[in-house]
Amino acid sequence: MSVMLLIEQALNGLQYGVMLFLMAAGLTLVFGVMGLINLAHGSLFMVGAFACAAVAGATGSFWLGLAASLAAAAAAGALVELTVIRRLYARDHLDQVLATFALILVFSEGTRWLFGSFPLYLDIPDALAGPVTLPGGIDYPLYRLVLIGIGLAIAGALFWLIGRTRLGIRIRAGEADREMIAALGVDISKLYTIVFALGAALAGLAGALVGALQSVQVGMGEPVLILAFVVIVIGGIGSIKGALVGAILVGLTDTLGRFLLPILFSTFMETSAATSVGAALASMLIYILMAGVLVVRPGGLYGRA
Amino acid sequence: MNAKSKLLAAVAALAMAGVAGAEPLKVGMITTLSGGGASLGIDTRDGFMLAVKQAGNPDLEVVIEDDQRKPDVAVQLADKMIQSDKVDVLTGIVWSNLAMAVVPAATAQGKFYLSTNAAPSQLAGKGCNPNYFSVSYQNDNLHEAAGAYAAKAGITRAFIMAPNYPAGQDSLAGFKRFYEGEVVGEVYTQLGQTDYAGEIAQIRASGADGVFIFLPGGMGISFVKQYADSGVGLPLIGPAFSFEQTIIQAMGDAALGVLNGANWSPDLDNAANTAFVEGFAAEYGRLPSVYASYGYDTANLLLSAMAKADVKDADAFRAALRAADFDSVRGDFAFSPSQHPVQDLYVREVVRDGDILTNRIVGTAIEDRSHAYEDACKM
Repeated sequence: MSVMLLIEQALNGLQYGVMLFLMAAGLTLVFGVMGLINLAHGSLFMVGAFACAAVAGATGSFWLGLAASLAAAAAAGALVELTVIRRLYARDHLDQVLATFALILVFSEGTRWLFGSFPLYLDIPDALAGPVTLPGGIDYPLYRLVLIGIGLAIAGALFWLIGRTRLGIRIRAGEADREMIAALGVDISKLYTIVFALGAALAGLAGALVGALQSVQVGMGEPVLILAFVVIVIGGIGSIKGALVGAILVGLTDTLGRFLLPILFSTFMETSAATSVGAALASMLIYILMAGVLVVRPGGLYGRA
Repeated sequence: MNAKSKLLAAVAALAMAGVAGAEPLKVGMITTLSGGGASLGIDTRDGFMLAVKQAGNPDLEVVIEDDQRKPDVAVQLADKMIQSDKVDVLTGIVWSNLAMAVVPAATAQGKFYLSTNAAPSQLAGKGCNPNYFSVSYQNDNLHEAAGAYAAKAGITRAFIMAPNYPAGQDSLAGFKRFYEGEVVGEVYTQLGQTDYAGEIAQIRASGADGVFIFLPGGMGISFVKQYADSGVGLPLIGPAFSFEQTIIQAMGDAALGVLNGANWSPDLDNAANTAFVEGFAAEYGRLPSVYASYGYDTANLLLSAMAKADVKDADAFRAALRAADFDSVRGDFAFSPSQHPVQDLYVREVVRDGDILTNRIVGTAIEDRSHAYEDACKM
């Protein structure tokens, strides 16, 4: 095991974490501002990927597909907020979980009805295909570097939006005391629709960007959704900064754990058993991390509790 | 011909019809038609129903239900089919864990089970049953084909990889069974993993000269796209599951040149296969996958047994199934004593044919292969 390999794995972990952040950011905003548990966030991830694959397939342009994914996911998010989610704010979390779980089924079967059961084809744009050589002689896929860049840029834009704009002030105010800002004349229901659509657009963008690396298929959003929940619990619910730090922690822990644990075990075990035990333990690692963080800081790293 | 001989002829015809199995037969198909693995179940069903349609036998009735890839649902469906639909034969399950939940109980109730896909080692060896037939393969077969061929394809230092679950562990064991080269790296990934950057970096650093993967469904699509983009460029080999007709379209050119072990290919040269591939394309507007071929063979096996014996006479029907007197799309086909296929295993390559990607046979890996658990089956 060389240092270069370790650096490459750390980059992989960073890239994975940054993509998780795009998912977690929307989830944590919606949870923080509206107090809503949205299980259908993974479906919006899928909507983005399918919109991108369909438009890229029809026009041949990945970039048009990317724009379509943002538009489609934001539109789906706004539509869902206006028709279903709006009725849930006053209800308890169990009702929200049930209703948004139903939305998962509606989105999944609806997508299957529209696109069929077979995975769609979506590939990396030619301009970003293939590896580049980094200083130190690491061959690293250009597309993954671009993903890291896009993810960090969006994180920066979100911090600016929340911290420096009027909309951001309202979002923060809504998080702190929704009755009061309603009393001050802010149209709270419009604000909620905007926040929900923004979160949906981020999920859709993540779906399209990751869809080029993965399989675009029905149900692709749910595994990511679980990880996104882990991220926001680690980071502290409602905190964008927490989501970013949590996502990168989860990405690094998962990638490096998968890589290092089998090596660690093989120093004192037979190789075959070591890979099996190491892989099993690596898959638990992020949950162990979550439990550890919660023991020390029950509200998450940047939570209020 | 006088009246008396006409009457005799009619009676003889009736009697013939009697022994020729004019008795109706009801088959229950439990397969995955929704959720992540739906494309496999849909192809199984479509292949099966194509053969049923081509035969046009009014005595064969098929009940189809969706198991949603959940063992508990599959068990409920099997109970319902046996108790209220009164099926004689069950078939169609795609996944080994579902098969383990359904098959032993169904065969214990005297029903026949014909496997269109899943054939776990437990049912091939110690747990073999006179009422259980695998028409597809034994689970290890396609991995064995890849292993036997890898050295011939110039892969002498292999990096091998599968998800960390029972079928994944069986896969790597199956690959190593006939592999003559050296294994320089062995990695278990998470089931359902979508990002393989970490594993690809390990492959690059391992000094391997080829990679064996068993990553079914979406996992394979993710890996192959990321692997192609990484520029590692070592030859890739795997079982056919990861490089099936429905999957390679989603991989695109990244899949070109990948070798995969199989027991069937659309270009296998025999009359039954030509009729199958053309019939399937005409009926459904797409090329069939291995799953469709297993469904098609299973239906034809069932029809051949129906023509010989009545399913109510279990011993006669079993003997008729065991004879395997049908034209398999795989060419030669016979059952081993444990009632699994004895068949040739091939290695195929993903090629581009016009607008679509498909598979072509590049060589035979093992001839007349049965399976590794044959001796454990006492039947």
